Amino acid sequence: MSTMPLALRDSTTMVRRQIKHMRRYPSLTLQLLGTPVVFLLLFVYVFGATLGDGLGSGSGGRGEYVDYVTPGIMLMAVAAVAMGTAISVAMDMTEGIVARFRTMAIARVSVLTGHVVGAMAQTFLAVAVVVAVALAIGFRPDASVVEWIAAAGVLGLLAFALTWLTVALGLAAKTVESASNTPQPLMFLPFLGSGFVPTDSMPVGLRWFAEYQPFTPVIETLRGLLLGTGIGASGIAAVAWSAGIALIGYLWARKLYNRQN
Amino acid sequence: MTANINQPAIAVRGLRRSYGEKVVLDGIDLSVAKGTIFSLLGPNGAGKTTMVKILSTLIRADGGEIQVAGHDPVREPDAVRAAIGVTGQFSAVDKLLTGEENLLLMADLHRLDRRDGRRRAAELLERFDLVEAGGTMAATYSGGMQRRLDLAMTLVGAPQVIFLDEPTTGLDPRSRRGMWQIIRELVAGGVTIFLTTQYLEEADQLADRIALLDQGRLVAEGTPAELKRRIPGGHVNLRFTDPAELDLAARAFGGTGRDDEALVLQVPHDGGVHSLRGLLARLDDASIEVEELTVHTPDLDDVFLALTDKSALTDESALTDENKLEAVR
Repeated sequence: MSTMPLALRDSTTMVRRQIKHMRRYPSLTLQLLGTPVVFLLLFVYVFGATLGDGLGSGSGGRGEYVDYVTPGIMLMAVAAVAMGTAISVAMDMTEGIVARFRTMAIARVSVLTGHVVGAMAQTFLAVAVVVAVALAIGFRPDASVVEWIAAAGVLGLLAFALTWLTVALGLAAKTVESASNTPQPLMFLPFLGSGFVPTDSMPVGLRWFAEYQPFTPVIETLRGLLLGTGIGASGIAAVAWSAGIALIGYLWARKLYNRQN
Repeated sequence: MTANINQPAIAVRGLRRSYGEKVVLDGIDLSVAKGTIFSLLGPNGAGKTTMVKILSTLIRADGGEIQVAGHDPVREPDAVRAAIGVTGQFSAVDKLLTGEENLLLMADLHRLDRRDGRRRAAELLERFDLVEAGGTMAATYSGGMQRRLDLAMTLVGAPQVIFLDEPTTGLDPRSRRGMWQIIRELVAGGVTIFLTTQYLEEADQLADRIALLDQGRLVAEGTPAELKRRIPGGHVNLRFTDPAELDLAARAFGGTGRDDEALVLQVPHDGGVHSLRGLLARLDDASIEVEELTVHTPDLDDVFLALTDKSALTDESALTDENKLEAVR
């Protein structure tokens, strides 16, 4: 009867611990916030004019490219935070404090919940920074309030999924170094999808991958919600991918955390 | 099932554990009475930490029966966890939090209410001499301070059984003594302590009972005094002022361990009062004047070396004897 409130209480305690960590050690958070912004500026100001012309729709040029690339950069922000999560989980596991938690009569999963909730907060902060910078340099979404909320929901779901996955990766990693390497491909997925250029401009094999990998439907759904392009089946695919990754990540992380050998 | 006064705090029968092919613990039996300090002593890699991990629910045994505070760590891990506290070899503090925040974190996890938590944290900071450091990040603490904070965190939940896995490894002598004092106070307060250490002096100072773990087996168990009695190696040193007296004594007792320069004669001896009286009587009978008499009883170092590795002992004792002779000349 009392399990749920206790689990909730322990998780809240762990979330507070996580937030203190972020405040005490802000450089990791700042780096996570900074990386996607650097990519946004790079792609808009260095490649934007050319890539915008190549989109082959609308007015072309830099102005159009800001609109095109922003959803992809938002995913990059999600991926960057997820990477940071793997690192901070792996760091935590090397510290004796987690061994202490495991010998205490507390809700087992609360340590991991602390990381997940903390990462979600970082994600929303990172995405908010990306959106703010994008707006400042010419991003012009036409979304209604409901569409913004839906976009936040889609991003949140993906962030939740990737966070559980990277918590598991952090737990599986033998060292902090390997924890920072294994989730690295997540940063490239927006490139190998519809994040920066339309997939139909890619060669066949890559295009096949780009169209069926999980980030593409999420990017297309965001584009549809924020800019009014067609969503089609992307919405369902985005939710299905996120739910699947979240479930696998959660079960894997729980199994790794509870292992006793 | 029900906790009973005479029930041991820790009872282990036939405990086994292997990592792959390597057998780390090979049929351990032990029992720790409530309110005592039990020390598991052994060289590095003997299996001490594995033992603590099994008893504190971190890993499972492959076989054997275990009861910690009356509960089975596999079947009722949370009941065991509620009764124990663990301070490991590597300090289990959150280095990004301050000392006080670490203690409050423990208070929250033990579900103390806010006011009780604060009071408990303040008490422990005071008791472990961390009041001044309480507001700074644990990452800046010295080794001794981190270890004190670590133990303070263990005590927030008022555990009945405390596992101390090499609590003084890497500490300077002063911090080590401070830690010993704290451990003694804890036991005086009724807590049971399971202490692992590789320092013989530590076990000798603190433990009510000592078990020697070597290559996954308990090779000896008993009180420090019992263990010391198990091996020979005691002797009496007789010092003289006159070489002639030394000659007399050497003739009376045989020529073992004679040092002409220091005018010392070493006579094998079991450390008992009775045989010491006999020795003095023989000296009197022969009218030998002795300047100084010292009794050397075997210390735990002797026991440890004798029991953990027989082959190493022969080499070791041969070596020390040579060294002694070397020093003598």
